[in-house]
Formats: sequence, C-alpha cells, structure tokens
Amino acid sequence: MKGFFATYLREFLLLKKRFIRVLISFSINPLLYIFAFGIGLGKNITIGGKSYLEFLIPGLISATSMMQAFAINVEINIARFYLKIFEEFQSSPISHFSYALGEVLSGVTRAFLATFIILVISFLAGVKFYLNFYFFLTVFLNAFVFASLGLASAMLIKSHADQALVTNFIITPMMFLGGTFFPTENLPFFIKPVIEALPLTITSHTLRSIALYNSFKYSSLFILLVIAIISFMIALYSIKGAKN
Amino acid sequence: MSKIALKVENLVKKYSSVVALKGISFEIKKKELFALLGPNGAGKTTTIRIIAGLTNPTSGKIYLFGKSLYDNPIWSKSQIGIVPQHINLDMELTVEENLLIHGLLYKLSLSLIKKRISELLELADLKERKNSKIKELSGGLKRRVLIIRALMHKPKLLLLDEPTVGLDPHIRRKIWSFIKNIQANGTTILLTTHYMEEAEYLADRVAFIFSGEIKAINTPKDFIKQLGNYAVDVYLSDKLKTFYFKEKKEAEKELLKYSKNHFVSLRRVTLEDAFLKYVEKNL
Repeated sequence: MKGFFATYLREFLLLKKRFIRVLISFSINPLLYIFAFGIGLGKNITIGGKSYLEFLIPGLISATSMMQAFAINVEINIARFYLKIFEEFQSSPISHFSYALGEVLSGVTRAFLATFIILVISFLAGVKFYLNFYFFLTVFLNAFVFASLGLASAMLIKSHADQALVTNFIITPMMFLGGTFFPTENLPFFIKPVIEALPLTITSHTLRSIALYNSFKYSSLFILLVIAIISFMIALYSIKGAKN
Repeated sequence: MSKIALKVENLVKKYSSVVALKGISFEIKKKELFALLGPNGAGKTTTIRIIAGLTNPTSGKIYLFGKSLYDNPIWSKSQIGIVPQHINLDMELTVEENLLIHGLLYKLSLSLIKKRISELLELADLKERKNSKIKELSGGLKRRVLIIRALMHKPKLLLLDEPTVGLDPHIRRKIWSFIKNIQANGTTILLTTHYMEEAEYLADRVAFIFSGEIKAINTPKDFIKQLGNYAVDVYLSDKLKTFYFKEKKEAEKELLKYSKNHFVSLRRVTLEDAFLKYVEKNL
C-alpha cells in the first residue's frame, strides 16, 4: 500500500502546488461550453422537456472528467521521457499494480476536481440537479476508465509527439460524439451501436438520467465497472512493456 | 557467508542490430568500490540499468548476495540504491518531499523516513535546504540530493552512474569525499565513470570496458604498476609520445635526451596512462 501511496502522493503534491493554475485551467473549457452552447446557442432549445443547459451539463461533466482523467498521460509522459522520474518507480520495490493504482487514482482526483468546478458553475448559473451517491460513483468509474487508458497510452507510446495523436484521434472525437452535446438517438444506424457502447456515452446517459430524472440503470454501472477493470488490466500490461 | 556482493555472469544485451554488452562477467566484494571505466557507449550505463532492473538483459545471470536477481526482483530492488546519470528528481517538489516519496516507495515507516531524512540531510550538509524546491538548487546540490535519496532505504549495493558528470572540479571533490564516506559506512558501490582521476581516487578495483566487453580488471595501483612509476611526455611535431619507467633516474635520462629539441615533461604514471594503453589496443 505504501507504494501506491507514494505514487499518489507525488501526483497529489504536484497538483497542490499548481492548484490555482489548475483551477483556472479546469474552469475555462466548461465555462466556454456553457456560455457558447448552453446560454448562447442553446437558449431557445429544449430536449425532452429540459432546457439545453440542463441537458448539456451532465454531458459536460462526463466529457470533462474523461479529459482530465486521461490527461494524466501528459504528466506521466513528462515524468517518463523528460524528467525520467518513471525510472525511480521502475527501480523501486513496488508492484506494477501499486504504481498503476496510484497514477489512476490521481487521474480520478483530477476528474473530481473538474466535476466540482462544473457543479459550482452550474449552481451559479441557476441550474438544479439531483445529486446522489450513484452520480459520483458514475463519475468515479468513468474517470477510472480513462485514467487507466491514459496510463496505458503513456506507457505504449514512444515519444511525446505520439501522445497528441492519441488524444486527437480517440479522445476528442469521443467527446463530441459520446452524448455530450446532443442526444445519440438520432445518429445514423451504422454508427449508433458503436457510439452507444462507448464508456463516455454510457456515462453521459447515466449522469443525465440521475441529474435530471433521479433514475438510472444498474446495468449501466455494471458495464462501466467491467470496462474499468479491463482498462486497468490494459494499463498493467502496458507498464510491463515500458521496460527497455 | 560469501564475501561476494554482486556477481555478473555472461551478461549480453542486444538492441535490434546493436550489441551493447557482449557477455561481460565480474564480481564485486562486499564493501568494495568497484568502477567500470570506459568511453561513452562502452556499455557502462546499460550494465547499471540491467542491475537496477530498468532494462532486461538478452541473456546472462546476476546474483545479489548469492540470490538470483530475476528470481527475487522485489527483494533485489530493496537492496539496491541507484544514482542515475541524469537528475531524475521532481523539480517542483522540495528536497524533503523527494526524500519522503522515495522512502514510501521503499516501504519505510513514516517515523523511519523522518529519521533518515534528518540523518541524510546532516550527512550531505543540506539541512538548511530541506524546504527548497529542487529547481532552486545548484547542480552540485542536486547531485547530493540524488545520492542521499538513493541512501534513504540503506541499500547494501549502491549503483552510481557517472555521479559527477558535468560538475565543477571543487564540487566533484566534495562528492568524492561523500562517496568515500558512504563506503566507509559499509555500503558496496558500483561506480561508472569516464573520469580517470575519479576511478583512481575512489575505486578499490577497476574494470576497463570497451564496446561492451571487459578487457581488464585490476586495482588502480596494479594497473599503474604494469606501466611503471614515471612517465616522460615528449611533444613531437605531430603527436605526443609517452615513455614509461620504473625508476626516476631512467626517466630523467630520457628527459635529457629529448629536452634539447623537444618540449618534454616528467610526471607520475596515472590510471589514465594505463587506460590509454588499453584504448590504443582496443579502438
């Protein structure tokens, strides 16, 4: 457990030292989306009897928690290729499991910080939601999935430049197609099953369902849990390959 | 009880088309300071990285205090401290925070971590800089932090990969006495360097490594003895030629012979002379 704690503590201390900067940078994107799409463009739009802003915010929490959790790959990359701190972990007597868990939970922490910022902004904008344990559990599972994938990608890529490609080709399209900004019901039939199966889409639907209607499907949480376990296994396997 | 701390047998490392290590073997006795001396690209860092568990060998065996490194990876890592060539400290974190994280990685209790931090800061004369961020320290101080970080868990084997590279001569001397102090406290040390003076001053035994092969292992004293005690450098028109002598009188005679027409100098033989002889043979 000390190995896991050491990994997590390092990331936590770095986050703490950059707290104000992080807070500002985590706030800018959601603020822009809320103003541009929610208040500006979506002022006169309603979806399922709810205002577009109410529709947007749960999706924005899904997408932002995904982005921030996945963004640990940048920190890991810097630690691996530039600062070479990853070698300190590799040469220490801790298991890959401890290292991975520490990194992934640091991604989850970042995701929760971003989530709280959006909730505060929403509260200030006058939007009211149902918030319960399952809402935060969904955010946790979503963040766990993408932090694991962020760790895996940081281990698999061979240089800094490759990292941007992963984000551009996988994360950004997912953010726009995964039920964040518009309902997935109207997507073309050939792409709909793929989009519906994405962890971000499952998260968006679940969070929206809890926040707006105080209901959700346990099966969605179970599917997210399974994806989280598989993603973590991929991360563990990728750490082994990062040697040499 | 075996007197051997580290035993390396037929270590081979291949990187696609490049063979970095061609079956090197050596042993290090407990409490000994053993140096791998060679030019850049000779395979020194690769050897250290394999022993530290950062790189897998292609083939070969390594035994640490009689136990196979690969059968007991977690135990082996807990016995080894590594000071890498590059400064891989967290620049944004303080000296104390860097040491704390290392202590936790090596599963020390918080009370022991606190005690070790205090002892080591004292040893490295860094008590005043405990709360300084690493990025605020000079190169020499960063090196010292790097060394004490590796000592946090009291390793039985310390791996020093070019510990003084890029440092000013007076800082280098300070680090040397620090390393001597660590050895005096009973730690076995494997050092890689391409500074001859460093190996001569610090090492009990030295291995000359070229292109992934160990060409000779001896004490610095015996390497020097093989050449003689005195060297006469003669600056000929296009090159420097050095002659070696056992007796000073013979050396002075040679000095006189060349002094009329050439610039000459008489000096003691150093490890660098012995190394250069091997370079001539091997490069």
